[in-house]
Amino acid sequence: MITYRDVGVRYASRDRAALQGVSFEATRGRITAVVGPNGSGKSTLVRALLGSVHLETGRIEIDGTHIASLARREIASRVAAVTQREDVVFPLKVREYVQLGRYPRLGLWRSVSAADVAAVRRALDLTGADAFLDRALSQLSGGEWQRVRLARALAQGGDAIVLDEPTTFLDVGHEMHLFELLGRLASEGHAVLLVSHQLNLVARFAAHMVLLHHGRIEAAGTPDDVMQAGVLERVYEWPLVITRDPAVGAPTLVPLRARPRGDRTV
Amino acid sequence: MTRIRWALLWLILVVAIMGGVMVGTIRLAPADVVDGLLGVGHPTTVAVVRTLRLPRVLLAALVGAGLAAAGAALQGATRNRLAEPYLLGVSGGAAVGAVLAAALHLSRVIVPLAGFGGALAAVALTLIVARAAGGRGDARTILMAGVVVGAFANAVIMVALANSAANEVRGALWWMMGSASDASWDQVCILSGFVAVGVGALLALGRSIDVLALGDDAAAGLGVDVARASLAVYVCGALLAAGTVSAAGLVGFIGLLVPHLVRLAGARTHRTIIGAAALGGASLVVLADLIARTALPPAELPLGAVTALIGVPFFFALLRRLS
Repeated sequence: MITYRDVGVRYASRDRAALQGVSFEATRGRITAVVGPNGSGKSTLVRALLGSVHLETGRIEIDGTHIASLARREIASRVAAVTQREDVVFPLKVREYVQLGRYPRLGLWRSVSAADVAAVRRALDLTGADAFLDRALSQLSGGEWQRVRLARALAQGGDAIVLDEPTTFLDVGHEMHLFELLGRLASEGHAVLLVSHQLNLVARFAAHMVLLHHGRIEAAGTPDDVMQAGVLERVYEWPLVITRDPAVGAPTLVPLRARPRGDRTV
Repeated sequence: MTRIRWALLWLILVVAIMGGVMVGTIRLAPADVVDGLLGVGHPTTVAVVRTLRLPRVLLAALVGAGLAAAGAALQGATRNRLAEPYLLGVSGGAAVGAVLAAALHLSRVIVPLAGFGGALAAVALTLIVARAAGGRGDARTILMAGVVVGAFANAVIMVALANSAANEVRGALWWMMGSASDASWDQVCILSGFVAVGVGALLALGRSIDVLALGDDAAAGLGVDVARASLAVYVCGALLAAGTVSAAGLVGFIGLLVPHLVRLAGARTHRTIIGAAALGGASLVVLADLIARTALPPAELPLGAVTALIGVPFFFALLRRLS
């Protein structure tokens, strides 16, 4: 559904390309995860999809249509994004915030219809955010805030969701809650494109993984294909082993303690 | 905002305007005001109401509405609680235009027009400086550029004043302190055009401003062209600031303070905030002008000084509440 074809991005202030020759597809019905070290280009991938950065090469397509030929609001009504940063300077109430998810369809002039109300209600139900409808955004906990942001994204009504490190600052319970919800959305037919640092959780939930390093794809495929100790050690520059989790059977990364005098053999 | 609160805002505005027309060196009863408006009362009363007080009160109301609405929109679009129209450098530019026109002994009609030209030039300069700094639509860069342009404008004014005669300095200073005392029906007509267009456009942009307030990436994700939508808000803010500054000089704190008061009263989405701020700002400036006229007779206080005297303690209380 979301297809990156040979995407290259270069920021004016830097010598090295932020992304180079990146090609992969996030299809409906599965979680596609993009992983990689800090600065590997993961967030640039999301910003390129939002039209916030200029593509030097390649193209991004939504169901085969080049995004450059789609209006911004058209893109937003098909692909919703939960970006890494979002400001809450002037706190709305939860219901008003989730309602903003209808902006791509309402624009400046159209008045709220029954379909808009229904979409908002469905999004609130799915995420459980209806429990705190009348609370101000500033009064939410980290976990609640991420659920509300996801509800806003679902209210946009498309069948693709892009999330940039949505579980940062969340405890284990809230993190699992969010991953389970994403898994459920994928199984119901959404295309979920997830940028995350949580390799082990991603390996359990995602059907397809893309490992970025210095703006290029270092490895891609199933979690078993990508979770290879040799590749990950080189990319993350840290000694580690890959085991198979005894409880769930997924490939699991275990970082090792640093050895003195730079001895990195395992 | 409930209907009752909207009704209350309108009621306060009507009472403020009524009070503004009634109170002054000659006190008028409400019946006198109505007679004056209809042109059936004593000729002096009619003259006081129609040519002295009403244009002045309406000018003050329009100044307040324009500045408060512009402040509300700019705070939202820049995600900055301290944003206000003057921060775009517009006040400095308007002052440069007006002071230079006065220094060159141009006619009284030209001075506000020169102020308006200066204000627009300052906004253009602010946007060019921001672009050159690589900020494009970035809110913080544009505010910083506005501060730089404002500082430059101040320097130009000081150079101009240093070479002026004493009476010109006094005139220029009076204008820079803000005053509605020169109000005329012509000015009211011109400013009402500015305010109708500027506030109307900002109300129309309200939903975009709600989205812009979430930050650039989040706004882009919701389908807003951040650079273009921000630019639209800045241009409207500049239009309102330029119009109000040309009409009444520099009236501070309204654009900063009123949006916060309106939010405290329960307005959260920007169509509501901008609309309510326009009504509240209008009432506040009418009352401030009333105080400026009547507090220390026979002297008249500068309007900008009164709004600052009211604004500073209010704003301090707000800061305590917000932090």
